[in-house]
Amino acid sequence: MAVPDPATAHATPLKPGFAARLLNWSTWAVIAALFVVSVQQTGFGFDGLAEGAVDFARFFRRLAPDWTALPQIWAPLIETLQIAYLATIFGTLLGLPLIFLASNNTTVNTPVMVVARSILTVLRSIPDLLYAAILAPILAPGPLPGVVALTIFTMAVLAKLTSETVESVDPGPLEALKAVGAGRHRMIMYGVLPQISATLTSYVLYIFEINVRASVVIGLVGAGGIGNLLNRYLSFFDYGGLGALIIVVFFVVLAIDSLSVWARSRLI
Amino acid sequence: MSHITFSDVEVTYKTGLVALRGATLEIPRGQFVVIVGLSGAGKSTLIRTINNLVVPSRGDVAIDGRSVTKAKGQELRKLRSDIGMIFQTFNLVKRSSVLRNVLAGRLGAVQPLRGVLGLFPKTDVALAHDCLQRVGIPEKAFVRADTLSGGQQQRVGIARALAQEPSVMLADEPVASLDPPTSHAVLRDLKRIAREDGITTIVNLHFIDMAREYADRIIGMRDGLVVFDGTAAEATDAVFEAIYGRPIDEERDLRGRS
Ligand SMILES: Nc1ncnc2c1ncn2[C@@H]1O[C@H](COP(=O)(O)OP(=O)(O)O)[C@@H](O)[C@H]1O
Ligand SMILES: [Mg+2]
Repeated sequence: MAVPDPATAHATPLKPGFAARLLNWSTWAVIAALFVVSVQQTGFGFDGLAEGAVDFARFFRRLAPDWTALPQIWAPLIETLQIAYLATIFGTLLGLPLIFLASNNTTVNTPVMVVARSILTVLRSIPDLLYAAILAPILAPGPLPGVVALTIFTMAVLAKLTSETVESVDPGPLEALKAVGAGRHRMIMYGVLPQISATLTSYVLYIFEINVRASVVIGLVGAGGIGNLLNRYLSFFDYGGLGALIIVVFFVVLAIDSLSVWARSRLI
Repeated sequence: MSHITFSDVEVTYKTGLVALRGATLEIPRGQFVVIVGLSGAGKSTLIRTINNLVVPSRGDVAIDGRSVTKAKGQELRKLRSDIGMIFQTFNLVKRSSVLRNVLAGRLGAVQPLRGVLGLFPKTDVALAHDCLQRVGIPEKAFVRADTLSGGQQQRVGIARALAQEPSVMLADEPVASLDPPTSHAVLRDLKRIAREDGITTIVNLHFIDMAREYADRIIGMRDGLVVFDGTAAEATDAVFEAIYGRPIDEERDLRGRS
């Protein structure tokens, strides 16, 4: 297991004046050109927006919550939270070994590291909604594709957040453990994990927050949970139910976010 | 009877730099050896070939006739578990407790599953407490390692190595980060324990007086070569000046100021 040389382990900082050089006239020209092309091709216009606003106001008035829908909302809401919870756990358990294989100080050998890194790159580059849309018809619509999609998503986000964390741990204890005769697993267990556990826990809580929100949305494409109900209310024009659902989801997500933010603030 | 045997050991780093140019040495069991030499002379390299943290490009290092250089995988880990090592920067897991750091010394030996789960046999835990007792900080077992002073952290490092119940102890500039009184205290502990347990000890040091005071034998290195090998009495000021290539200053500290 290679222990990185502390002298070269850190990326070179940006040269001063980089921002200034980046923001010269040619950059501005490109931004302006892209803006013009995008406005034309999307047909973006303020008259369209104004019409939409009128529709939205009419729509909003009909959203007065119908609280008799509440009993219908709880079960799928809990399912949504369970999807997010399971995906966070599975994704962390599957993601961590992959991250250790992809980090230069905890990998088995270079070919394995390259393969692990490639897998993570591919995972990262696909949006979660796409996983859900592809998996829902394959795995029969319901919570299962939701869990699978968000598990993969969790692995990807975790990998993105922690790859540098693992590689930047203090190499000293790892060298000491190697000298003791510890194998790779024990070096990770006793040398790496204690160094990253606070950061890791914080990331996992953060990912759980994202997963709760994402699991609401992926239900829209057939992956179970509250998104399914949302879809139903929309297609049956049940605006009263929709209003109640939106308010409930808003407060549940807010509560989970606040809890998680509080827990994370105490970790570091 | 030689405990550690170097046979024509040469180390060439990936950069092409030859850090050790054919070292042949025999170190008997229980000897306390101090290696001296300028920064970059190859002291750390020499020490690290003994537990194969640095792999020789030629030659062989053997302990009790078993080659460490040729050992691989499980066999190498088993050989390493018999060799304790302490470091200039202590190399403790700062966020873990002192006891857990000392228990890490058992990781070359505990049952596979236990080591992974973080469970240590009672006998290991008792041994770890015992090691802390021997280095004089039994009361620190349950505090976080990074709350200790430098001298105490180095004692944890020694306790971790002792928990291996090693026959060989390597120390790469163990007191370079400590003040002189603490340095002496740590070296005295190291020497006493080496005596009591008959541990063959190899220490890199920079201070002439310390080298003379603690060493049974002094090995001088320069540019990857062993240029002196003798007793403390034989290592006169003239010998040190030859090893370091310059006069001894009033502080008698021949650390290379590079
Ligand atoms: N991992 C390495 N890769 C390349 N060169 C190294 C490495 N480690 C040490 N060296 C070089 O080998 C020489 C001997 O280093 P070292 O054994 O650390 O000397 P000492 O411990 O006596 O200061 C030095 O020139 C050093 O720069
Ligand atoms: Mg050195």
